[in-house]
Amino acid sequence: MNTKTLAYILKRIGLAILTVWVVVTVTFFVCQAVPGSPFVGEKATSPAVTAALEAKYGMDKPVLEQYITYLGDIILRHDFGPSIKLRGRTVASVIVEGMKTSVKLGLIAAGIALVTGVVLGAVAALRRNKIIDRVIMVITTAFVSMPSFIMGSLLMVVFVVKLSLLPANGSAQSGPAGLVLPVITLALYPAAYITRLTRSSMLDVLGQDYIRTARAKGVSGWRVIFGHALKNSLIPVITYVGPMLAYIVTGSLVVEQIFAVPGIGRYFVSSITGRDYPLIMGTTIVLAVLIVVMNLVSDILYKVVDPRITLE
Amino acid sequence: MKKPFSLHVDVDAFLPASEEDKAYMVQMRPSSTFFKDGVKRLLKNKVATVSLMAIILITLASIILPFFWPYSYEQQLGVVPGKRVDASYNNLAPFAYGTTEQAMIDAGEKVFPHVFGTDAAGRDYFIRVVYGTRISLSVGFFASIIVLVIGILVGSVAGYCGGKVDLVIMRIVDMIYSLPDMLMVILLATVLKAALPDDILVGTVFEKIGTNILSLFIVFALLYWVSMSRLIRGQILSLREQEYVLAAQAAGAKGSWIISKHLIPNCISVVIISTALQIPSAIFTESYLSFLGLGVNAPMPSLGSLASDALNGITSYSYRLVIPAIVISLIVLSLNLLGDGLRDAFDPKLNA
Repeated sequence: MNTKTLAYILKRIGLAILTVWVVVTVTFFVCQAVPGSPFVGEKATSPAVTAALEAKYGMDKPVLEQYITYLGDIILRHDFGPSIKLRGRTVASVIVEGMKTSVKLGLIAAGIALVTGVVLGAVAALRRNKIIDRVIMVITTAFVSMPSFIMGSLLMVVFVVKLSLLPANGSAQSGPAGLVLPVITLALYPAAYITRLTRSSMLDVLGQDYIRTARAKGVSGWRVIFGHALKNSLIPVITYVGPMLAYIVTGSLVVEQIFAVPGIGRYFVSSITGRDYPLIMGTTIVLAVLIVVMNLVSDILYKVVDPRITLE
Repeated sequence: MKKPFSLHVDVDAFLPASEEDKAYMVQMRPSSTFFKDGVKRLLKNKVATVSLMAIILITLASIILPFFWPYSYEQQLGVVPGKRVDASYNNLAPFAYGTTEQAMIDAGEKVFPHVFGTDAAGRDYFIRVVYGTRISLSVGFFASIIVLVIGILVGSVAGYCGGKVDLVIMRIVDMIYSLPDMLMVILLATVLKAALPDDILVGTVFEKIGTNILSLFIVFALLYWVSMSRLIRGQILSLREQEYVLAAQAAGAKGSWIISKHLIPNCISVVIISTALQIPSAIFTESYLSFLGLGVNAPMPSLGSLASDALNGITSYSYRLVIPAIVISLIVLSLNLLGDGLRDAFDPKLNA
């Protein structure tokens, strides 16, 4: 790794930190702009109680002081404050609990998407314009055009309502079978996208001179495909890993909602409808950091893997 | 008689050309413009043509149908002022009728059928799907226009000016590019709903569709222009070095003239393609927000909110989910295919 690569990586890390800071700041001040106190609920509270609650949570201080305290709490103690609607629980504990399920779900979905996408894409490219290529392309085009919640709902209609093969509920009681549909829903779009990406990049690579050279040297067909063509055509797929994980994170918001999976997305959606601002802020920040970090890793990996790419 | 091998000059060859000869030399075909060429290539592409027709058909249907459809999207059929609510109108199956309608049919009158039945509140589902399509399409269209205008403006300035201006703009673009857009949309939609006074939108187009769509537009205007402006900047950077720009500069043309008359027309193909591909992404975002309950205000439907509402009755009325799902997929699919077709037709360089 030369100094130029190092400089690039440092620059990207700096940008990522800046982005996270902007997200935290925007989230904080946008949530501050909401009129009214979070403690004014269905039950009428006396002004004295409200004032006491606000003092307890530090909401009577000037906004700038609150901002600095919030920032300090996050960085130093990973403390996002207490949840307002979920009594007696901190935002951090809710996030950690939700993350356990969501990360599992997301990683399985990402793994399935990568494997099926690369395999199908390579098959389509190697059998270009044959019937199998056409079928793969038609199916992936259809999947790329379907929002994840529609995909999830349709899967639910088919497998739960019509065929009653799988449980509708993704919560802990249903066991692993309950997670099958959420994982498939999350994986379909990225899998279709990766298939198309791999196919076009593989076709590009197969037309290169070094493939012809390898064949002319007498390298066996399989070695050309795996050792030369596939390896080089995976580079664009690496750049997609970051956006794919970001897609899975945002997609999980609705998918967890549809299948009642107790993950972070479900808490996020219920915090929106319940106006639980500390929870909204906490989950937004954590998910944003997740997305930014994944994009960063995928970007850096891309530059490290392919030495031909010139660095700015 | 002239000898074939004579070296004498043939005088006939030097006669002035007749009108007929001159006409032969004139190119009579009308000159074809870049745009005409592109359209011609596009119409040769069967998939793209079918998608184009599908989009035109869906758009026209969503505009025209509400004018003569006897039901409206918000009319609850069982509810007549001063009478008890007639629950027989709720959850009608396709082509079924409520009690009073059935009585009218028995009496020999004609009643317009409920093609897709009615929803849980007794509203004609077909017209709700039509309205939902209208909302989704217009949100997609206007959001893309916003992105287009801002993207072109920023991208062309950055690309043409170069230097420090370019550097600053591109750092901002990098920044915005790495923001998680969906989370920002959700956050802004949540907060704007609570923060905006209720009467601020009265009298505007947003009165019926609500603050959520306004925040969707705001976020698109704030965040989504970056990829468009990156694209335009890249195009302009390479076009800027062309000789005709140098010629225009030498002739004393101003920067704004060169941008608007030379550079932008030359990257129009890229602009058309990415706008066509932007619309489905906006439709995706809108339906996603509607699904989370952050979309259009009730009773106005959108395809996303229709699908989301249908989830409650999924076991008995799954067709209510399938219908908007098919419409939304059809729209996005045909826009994507049209975008691909446009790319092939208007950017021949990419085919090489």
